[in-house]
Amino acid sequence: MSWYEKLMPSRIRLDGSKNKKVIPEGIWEKCASCQTVLYREDIIQNQHVCTNCGHHMRIKARDRLSIFLDSDDRKELFSKLSSKDFLKFKDSKKYKDRIAAAQKNTNENDALIVMEGRINGIKIIVAAFEFSFMGGSMGSVVGEKFTRAAKECIKKHIPLVCFSSSGGARMQESLVSLFQMSKTSSIISDMRKKSIPFISVLTDPTMGGVSASLAMLGDINIAEPKALIGFAGPRVIEQTVRETLPEGFQRSEFLLEHGAIDMIIDRRNMKLEITNLLKTMLNNPAKKAETALT
Amino acid sequence: MLKFEEPIKVLEDKIEELRNIGSDGQVNIVEEINVLQKKCNVLIKDIYSNLTPWQITQIARHPDRPYTMDYINSIFKNFHELHGDRAYADDNAVISGIAQFHDISVAVIGHQKGRGTNDKIKRNFGMAKPEGFRKSLRIMKLAERYNMPIITFIDTPGAYPGIDAEERGQSEAIANNLLEMSDLSVPILSYVIGEGGSGGALAIGVCDNLSMLEYSIYSVISPEGCASILWKSPEYAHLAAEAMCITADNLIKLRLIDEVISEPLGGAHRNASQVSKDIATSISKNLDIYFKMDSRTLINNRKDKLGSVGYYQE
Repeated sequence: MSWYEKLMPSRIRLDGSKNKKVIPEGIWEKCASCQTVLYREDIIQNQHVCTNCGHHMRIKARDRLSIFLDSDDRKELFSKLSSKDFLKFKDSKKYKDRIAAAQKNTNENDALIVMEGRINGIKIIVAAFEFSFMGGSMGSVVGEKFTRAAKECIKKHIPLVCFSSSGGARMQESLVSLFQMSKTSSIISDMRKKSIPFISVLTDPTMGGVSASLAMLGDINIAEPKALIGFAGPRVIEQTVRETLPEGFQRSEFLLEHGAIDMIIDRRNMKLEITNLLKTMLNNPAKKAETALT
Repeated sequence: MLKFEEPIKVLEDKIEELRNIGSDGQVNIVEEINVLQKKCNVLIKDIYSNLTPWQITQIARHPDRPYTMDYINSIFKNFHELHGDRAYADDNAVISGIAQFHDISVAVIGHQKGRGTNDKIKRNFGMAKPEGFRKSLRIMKLAERYNMPIITFIDTPGAYPGIDAEERGQSEAIANNLLEMSDLSVPILSYVIGEGGSGGALAIGVCDNLSMLEYSIYSVISPEGCASILWKSPEYAHLAAEAMCITADNLIKLRLIDEVISEPLGGAHRNASQVSKDIATSISKNLDIYFKMDSRTLINNRKDKLGSVGYYQE
């Protein structure tokens, strides 16, 4: 970098190595799909969907919940739960430090946020994964919060909606994180016996242990457009089968075609669609004869 | 043969050589053989009592290690293999069927890795596709209808990461097994006999009693996979194996498993019949506990156990 470039404020400085304009943070954002530079305020207004091509960008869990839930009468649940480094796990960094860094960067305690509130008046509990917290990975805290949310729904007889966005199980918690898969699946089976609606919304990306447990077990599975959803990551598959993956592989549209999900819904219609689904599901009075166990 | 087993092999070969000379009747070398045999035993004990988690991983994957079919043949009687998921195919990476254990009818399900190139390919190296998990669930449901306890043997590198597996819903197949198994009204006893690889292992491993052989591993991701992500290269698999605490002795300390079945000196492949006997003893003992429970208690206990896994603070 030459001396006069160093003098320039970083906002207008050119990145010498790539010779590309660095977009000043906070005002403009480039759509990763169509490359259009968009005014950030417009994107927020449009629920983080590209105003040009409709690409669904990743969205923070808290923003998601704030868009989805009615604005009054909502509260966060189990917010104090946080992870413990019980294995003293260390790779290039200690797990303890990774947790601390993620907490600092995201302002969240862990990768799942749970809120109780209403959508268009229907009482509901909603959980959303925060992908920027260690890739939305599921460890003890995510498993426990999901389980508590489900139990609360059973207790209050209200539906559960979960927005998944996760790379899978959290490796730093080893087998304990694998067992969160059976933990969450087991509580979903309890919900089914009590006819508590569970709607799973799979967003970009939903992979591995989260996809192979709670995310695929909705009464209704919904995906956002073009989300990456699958068990094994595309790179792992490519290395295993040694062939190029077909176009659109493991995207929402591919899953719909192969029968893994019920529907693809645009984020901007999500609240209305789920409201209508829940209204339909809860329309008929429950049968008197309780088939449920315990 | 594994690298750290080489010194043992050298001694064993020498003993064998001496035996052959001895049988010619020319030299009396019985004493020499005894000395070497003792030396060999000490060496085996030495090597096997100081194994690193990575070495244990290699024993868990040992090509001579007994597989599910070996245990089925030695532990059960009248095994009838039942094939197919009734929807798409029969997955040879999973063996399932019904059999007799003493006087109790049981269902047996396990991953099968295959021996020799052709068999390995036929068994897909023990990596199940969705139809394998769906077949397993079908047999479990059948077992439930006829009040037959379920015994599962876990030995897989993981669920198959392939295009076809994804097309047919690998995630859903695993997830559905987890959900359904948590509610089965018959006892489920799971034995990790080699590699407990991730979701593919858990998909037949939701159970009332989880046992591991001494030199088996159970892990959320393979050490190589973990190393490539966190250490940026599979070369650091030995570090990942250590960090993830994937061996039986660690997992029982964490109370994630219920029982460790010790293996003979040198590993299960050195005395398979002894290991079969020990697994059979464990099955007897556990059926005595779980098959006597009424199904409500059984399910509630299982669910409490599944629900209580986790370390967190509030």
